[in-house]
Amino acid sequence: MNIGLDVGSTTLKCVAVDDCGEIVYKNYQRHFSQIASKSAQMLGDIIENHPEFASSGIAVSGSAGMGFAQELGLPFVQEVYASRIAVKKLLPDTDAVIELGGEDAKILFFTGGTEVRMNGSCAGGTGAFIDQMASLLGVGVEDMNALAEQSGKTYTIASRCGVFAKSDIQPLLNQGARKSDVAASIFKAVVNQTVAGLSQGREIKGNVVYLGGPLSFLPELRKSFDETLGLTGICPENSLYYVAIGAAFSPDSEKMSIKEIIDKIGSYESSAGYISCAPLFENEAQYREFTGRHAKDTVKTVDTIKPGEKLFLGIDAGSTTIKCAVINENREIVFQKYMSNSGNPVTAVRDFLTEFYEKNGDVKITSSAVTGYGEEIIRNAFGIDTGIVETIAHYTAAKHFRSDVDFIIDIGGQDIKCFKIRNGAIDNIFLNEACSSGCGSFLQTFAAAWDYNIADFAKLGLFADRPVDLGSRCTVFMNSSVKQAQKDGASIENISAGLSISVVKNALYKVIRASGADDLGQNIVVQGGTFLNDAVLRAFEKEIGRDVIRPDISGLMGAYGAAIYSMEHIKGESTCITREELKNFTHEVKAITCNGCPNHCRLTVNTFGNGKRFIGGNRCSKPVSGANGKETYNLYDYKKELLSKYKPVPGKRGKIGIPMGLNMYELLPFWHTFFTSLGFEVVTSPESTRDLYLLGQHTIPSDTVCYPAKLMHGHIEYLINEGIGNIFYPCMTYNIDEGLGDNNYNCPVVAYYPEVIRSNVRSDELNLIWDYVGIHRRKDFTPRIRAIISRRLGVVSAREIKSAVKAAYKEYDEYMSLIRAKGDEYLALAKEKNLPVIVLCGRPYHLDSEVNHGIDKLICECGAVLVTEDSISNKMSKFATNVLDQWTYQSRLYAAAKYIADSGDNMINLVQLVSFGCGTDAITTDEVRSILESKNRIYTQIKIDEITNLGAVKIRLRSLFAALEQE
Amino acid sequence: MNTENRVIFTKEMKKDYKILIPNMCEIHFELLLRVLRQHGYNAELLHTNGREIVDEGLKYVHNDTCYPALLVIGQLINALNSGKYDPHKTALLITQTGGGCRASNYIHLLRKALAKAGYEYVPVISLNLSGLEKNPGFKLKPSMLIKFLSCLIYGDLIMLLKNQVKPYEINEGETDALVERWITKLIRFFRTNRGCDYFSMKAILPRITRDFAAVPVNKTDKIKVGIVGEIYVKYSPLANNHLEDFLISQGCEPNVPGLMGFMFFKTDNRLEDIKLYGGKKLKKAVMKGLMWYMEKIENCIVSATKAYGDFTTPATYKHLRELIEPVMGYGCKMGEGWLLTAEMMELIENGYGNIVCAQPFGCLPNHIVGKGMVRKLREIYPDSNIVPIDYDPGATRVNQENRIKLMLAVAKENACAQDIKKFVS
Repeated sequence: MNIGLDVGSTTLKCVAVDDCGEIVYKNYQRHFSQIASKSAQMLGDIIENHPEFASSGIAVSGSAGMGFAQELGLPFVQEVYASRIAVKKLLPDTDAVIELGGEDAKILFFTGGTEVRMNGSCAGGTGAFIDQMASLLGVGVEDMNALAEQSGKTYTIASRCGVFAKSDIQPLLNQGARKSDVAASIFKAVVNQTVAGLSQGREIKGNVVYLGGPLSFLPELRKSFDETLGLTGICPENSLYYVAIGAAFSPDSEKMSIKEIIDKIGSYESSAGYISCAPLFENEAQYREFTGRHAKDTVKTVDTIKPGEKLFLGIDAGSTTIKCAVINENREIVFQKYMSNSGNPVTAVRDFLTEFYEKNGDVKITSSAVTGYGEEIIRNAFGIDTGIVETIAHYTAAKHFRSDVDFIIDIGGQDIKCFKIRNGAIDNIFLNEACSSGCGSFLQTFAAAWDYNIADFAKLGLFADRPVDLGSRCTVFMNSSVKQAQKDGASIENISAGLSISVVKNALYKVIRASGADDLGQNIVVQGGTFLNDAVLRAFEKEIGRDVIRPDISGLMGAYGAAIYSMEHIKGESTCITREELKNFTHEVKAITCNGCPNHCRLTVNTFGNGKRFIGGNRCSKPVSGANGKETYNLYDYKKELLSKYKPVPGKRGKIGIPMGLNMYELLPFWHTFFTSLGFEVVTSPESTRDLYLLGQHTIPSDTVCYPAKLMHGHIEYLINEGIGNIFYPCMTYNIDEGLGDNNYNCPVVAYYPEVIRSNVRSDELNLIWDYVGIHRRKDFTPRIRAIISRRLGVVSAREIKSAVKAAYKEYDEYMSLIRAKGDEYLALAKEKNLPVIVLCGRPYHLDSEVNHGIDKLICECGAVLVTEDSISNKMSKFATNVLDQWTYQSRLYAAAKYIADSGDNMINLVQLVSFGCGTDAITTDEVRSILESKNRIYTQIKIDEITNLGAVKIRLRSLFAALEQE
Repeated sequence: MNTENRVIFTKEMKKDYKILIPNMCEIHFELLLRVLRQHGYNAELLHTNGREIVDEGLKYVHNDTCYPALLVIGQLINALNSGKYDPHKTALLITQTGGGCRASNYIHLLRKALAKAGYEYVPVISLNLSGLEKNPGFKLKPSMLIKFLSCLIYGDLIMLLKNQVKPYEINEGETDALVERWITKLIRFFRTNRGCDYFSMKAILPRITRDFAAVPVNKTDKIKVGIVGEIYVKYSPLANNHLEDFLISQGCEPNVPGLMGFMFFKTDNRLEDIKLYGGKKLKKAVMKGLMWYMEKIENCIVSATKAYGDFTTPATYKHLRELIEPVMGYGCKMGEGWLLTAEMMELIENGYGNIVCAQPFGCLPNHIVGKGMVRKLREIYPDSNIVPIDYDPGATRVNQENRIKLMLAVAKENACAQDIKKFVS
C-alpha cells in the first residue's frame, strides 16, 4: 500500500499502488501553483475510493516537491532517481530513458554504468520550451503534433535557449515558412538539445523508453527522437506517472496516516519568508498623481478624413504584433490598429488595410513606410514606399513628444530596444540578443500560466504591499524563483508586482547594464506595449529615480514614427497598394533549397498577386540579386582566399590532419608550412557547416562553451572519418607576442581545448598530438617541437626541424603582412572613393562563416569596406588600458579601437563580434567601448552563437549607417 | 595596463584606514586577518551575505563576468554603501594571481566598479606574490609572509579534521568550538612570533590532530562527498550557498581539498613553463627552493594527520602530479588547471567518489578541467559520481540542491550495492 506524489513544475501527478504492485488510482493535473490544495484533494480522492489506503506508505518527488515535502515532513525522493526506481521495476530491460517534463529534461542510462543526467541552467528542450513555441505559432501544444505530421521539411532552429529559438522561428514565419514545417523543426530542435545537452559524449542506444508529458502527448516528438537516434523507442503505459510510481515504490516512503497528512496540508500556510521590495504605490493619491502626469502625453485621434486630405501610412511589423497607423498632415491619427501577427504578418496587414479601405472608401495613401522584423516581406507584398530601421522609426516618433529626447527605451513582446541620442543621431543601441527576460512576453507567459490576461495581471500588482524581489535573471530561472516565492507564501498580487519590477531590472541591468539614471539620459521616452502597464512604468520610474514620458500611443510608436517618416520623405507617387489592388491580393509560399553555394540555405519564396516576389531565409544576396552584384571589399574574403592556398602536398612522411577551428584559423600558414617542409601531407578539415557541427555534437562535454569550440568536435570527427589518424592540435598557453599587451596568453578555451578533445573524442582511431608548444619563444621552440614530433610521429633530424621552423615563422609573418597590406590598401581605397569602413573585430576563427553567419557579407552589402582588427592593430604600439591586457587576440581589439578613436575619421567604425559564452569578451567589450567612447565614437557589438537570425544584426548595422548619414 | 593613476595606499593611510577584505575560506582567512592586525593593519573580514551583494555586483560589473568577481566586488561596494565605514578612511584588499584566466582582472574590474560607484578615491591593495602592484603603506615583509604561509597550513589541517569530525560529533557544536579554540590559540602563538617556523609547526600540528581525535564521535556510515571547483566558489559559503553545511545537513561527510595544493600548483607552474617553453635558470632555482620548503611542510601535515585517530590524510602534491599524468598535460595551468582534475581523482581513490564540482557559470578553465574531464574520469573510475554545479546570480538554491540530491541518491545506492558485495564475499 503506497502512494507516490510527483509535484512537477507545472503538473501534479499522484498514484496509489496496492500490495500486489497494481496501480489502483492515478491522477494528472496542471496545478497552477495550487500545489497544496490539489494534492490534498487527490489524497482525499484516494482514501474515499480506496479506504484501505487510510494508512499507507507515502513519498513525494518532483522538481517542485522538495520544499513541499520538507514543510509537511514527508519523505522526498529526487525525481530522476524516482523514475529510475520505476523503470527498474516495470521495464527492467531498459537501456536508457529520455524524460521531458515541464521545465526539465533528463536522460537516464541503465546499462554499462548507470548514469543520470539532467538539464542544468537551461530550459531549452523542455515542455516549457515547447509551450512557448506553440504560443509563438498561435496554436495549442496538441496542434503542434498535428502540424508536425504534415511537415515536408525541417529548418535549423537553435534550441539552446527559447530566446534563440524564437529569433530563428520569427523570421521563418515572417518570411512565410509553413507552420507545419516550423512545428516539425521545433521538435527537431528539442531532440538536438536533449541529445547534445545531456548525452555529453555518451551514445544513446538499445531499448529506449520515453517518459513525461511532452513525450507522452506528442507522438511526432517521439518520432523525431527515433529518427535522430536511429532506433524505435517505446512510450509505455502510464508514461506520465513514472516519477510518482517511483516515489511510491521508493524504499524511502514512510507509512503514515493519509488523513493526518490531508489535515496538515489544510493548515499548511507557508511562512511569508520571501524577500520583498518597496510597494509600487504607497496610496491611491500617489497613483492619481502618476496617472495624471502621464495623461498629458497624447496624440490626437480624429475619426473622420476630410476629402482630399493627404494620408500617411506607417506599419510596424514586429515579432509578435503588427502595429499600423494612418496619420494626416497634422500628425493626427485617423486610423490605427494593434494586432497579434499570429505567425503571419502578411495576413494581418491585409486585414488591416481591408478594414481601413472598407471604412474610408476610396482614399489614397500619399506615402508609406514600414519597419520591424517583417519589413521586407510587407514592403514587397503591399508596395510600401520606404523601409526603415526600427530605431529610426522610434526616434522619429519620440521626437514628436519631446524634441530634446536623449534616451529611448522600447520594451516590446520579445525585444528590448534602447538607444541614446547624441547630436541628433542614434548612438549606443542596446538590444536583448541573448536574453528575453526583460520583455513583455515574459509577463505574458506568467499571466497565462495563472489564467489572466496580461493587462489584468499587471494591474494586480499596482497596490501589492510586499512585491517579491525576484532580482534580474533569466526567464527560466525566474520560473523557479516564482515557485519558491509561492512556496514562501507570496500572494499573486505581490508576484505580479515583483515580475513587473523584474522586467525593469532585467532591462536596466542585463540589457542596458546601467548603473543609474544618469547612465541613461535626462529626457527619457519610454514606449512599447509593455510600458502600457502602469506597474512596469512605475517600477521603471522608481528604479531610475526619474520621471519619464510615456506617450499614450506607447504601443504604436513604431508605426506612428514610420508614418511621420514617410511624410517627411515623400518619394513621389506612392506605390502603396490601393483598394482595388487589395481585392485581388494573393500570397503564395513555396519552400526550396538554394544551391547557389555550399551553405544550401533553406529558402522560402513568397509570390504576391502584384507579381512581386520575396525570398527569405537566405544568408547572402545571391539568390535574390542573381549573381554577385557589385564588387565588394571584404577582408574576410581575402583572408579566406589566402588560407585556401594551403593545400595538401604529398610527402614522404604520410598524412597529418589539422582541424580548422579556433586558433588554427590563424596558425594554419605556420603549421602547414612547418609540416609540409618536414615531408608531411597536411590535410585540413573544411569550413564549418551545421552538418559538420552535428557530426561532433555528441562528444561536447560542456554545453555552455562557445560555439567555435563546440565546432572543433565536428572537425576532429571529420578528419577521423577521412581516415586521418594523426591529428595535430597542440595546447598553447601562450600565443605570439605582438608587443601590444601586458602578456601574450591565449584564452583558457583556445589554450587547452585539445585536452577536451583528447578526453572526449573516440580515442581508438585517433593519435592526437595535443602536446604543449610555445611558439612565442622561437629559440626554445625548435628543440622542443623536435622532441614532440620525434616522439609522436617518428624521428626527425635537427637540421630538418631547423629549416621547417624557419620556414614556418617566415610564412606566418608573410601571411600577417599580406593581411596588413590588404588592410592598408582597403583603407586607402575607402578614403579615395569616400566609402565607409567597418573594422570587424573578433578573433581569427570568426572568419568561419558558420560562426559569423555571413555578417561580413551583410556589412559589405550595406556598401561598406570591411577590414579586420588584425589588419590594423599593428599600426598601434602598446598603450595603457583600464584592464589587464593579457591575451594576444584580445590586445588587437584594444589596438584597433584605439586606432579608430585616434583617427578622428568618422568614416571608420568598429563592429565587434562576440561569441556567446566567451568569457574574455565580458572584459573586452567594456574596454573596447570605453576606448571608443572616450573619443565620442560609436560602439557596435554583435553577439553570435548558433543562431542564424540576422534581424538584430541588421538593426544594429542599419542604425549605425543611418547615424553616419546623419553626421 | 594603466596602473599609474591608481590610488596608492600610503604609509599615512596605514595609521587610520580600515582595510576591508572579502572572505573566502573561513578558517584560513580568520587566521590571516589576525596576522594582518598584528602587523598594525586595521583590517576587517566581510562576512556579509544576502541578495544585496549580488545586486550591487550586477550593477557595477559586466554581468557575464565570473560570479566570484561579481560577488567580491558586490560585497566590497555593499560594505562601502552600508554606512558602517567611512569611505574616505577605508581601503580594500583583494588577492591577485596573474595568469591567463579572467580572474587576473578582478582588481581592475574592482577599480572600474569603484569609479562607477563614485568611490574612485578608495585605494585598492593587491595581495600577490608576484610583485604585481606595490603600495608603500602595505609591504609584505618576509616575517608576515611566513606567517601567511603557516596560516594556510594550519587552516588546511583544521579544515580537514573539522570535516572528518563534525558530521559524526555526539555533542552538537563541539567541533566548531574546537576550531574556534585553535584559532585563538594559534593567534596567541603568532603574537609572540611563535608557531610559524618549520619546527614549531612540526610540534603544534599533531597537537591539533590530538584534540580533534579526542572529540567524542559516533562513526556511522555517511556518504562521503568531495568538493572541488573554482577556488572561490569551492570555499566561499557566500558563493556556494553554504555547500559544506548543506552536505552535512544531508548526512554527508564533506572533504574539501586544502589551499596548499593550489600554492604548490602555482609555484610548480613556473617550473613547468620553463620546462615546456624555456626560461631563466635563476627563476628555476628559486622556484625549486620554494618547492622544496613546501614539500617539507607538507610532510608535516601528512604526518600530523596520521599522528592520532583514524583520519584520511590529504594527498601530497607529488601524488596529485602522478595521478594526472596519463590524463592531462602539466602545462594546463590557467585557473585551477589540471589540479582540479587531479583532486577529483585523488578524492575518488580516497573513497570520496561522490563529488560536487562547483564552478561559476561559464567558467572558462572549467569547460576543460571540470566538465570536460567528467567523461574521462568515469572511464577510469566507473563508480565515480560527479555532479558539476553552476553558480551564478541567476541560479537558485533549490535548483542546485535538487541536483546535489540526485547525486546523493545515486551515492546511497552505490553504497548499498557495495555493502551487499562486501556481505556476499
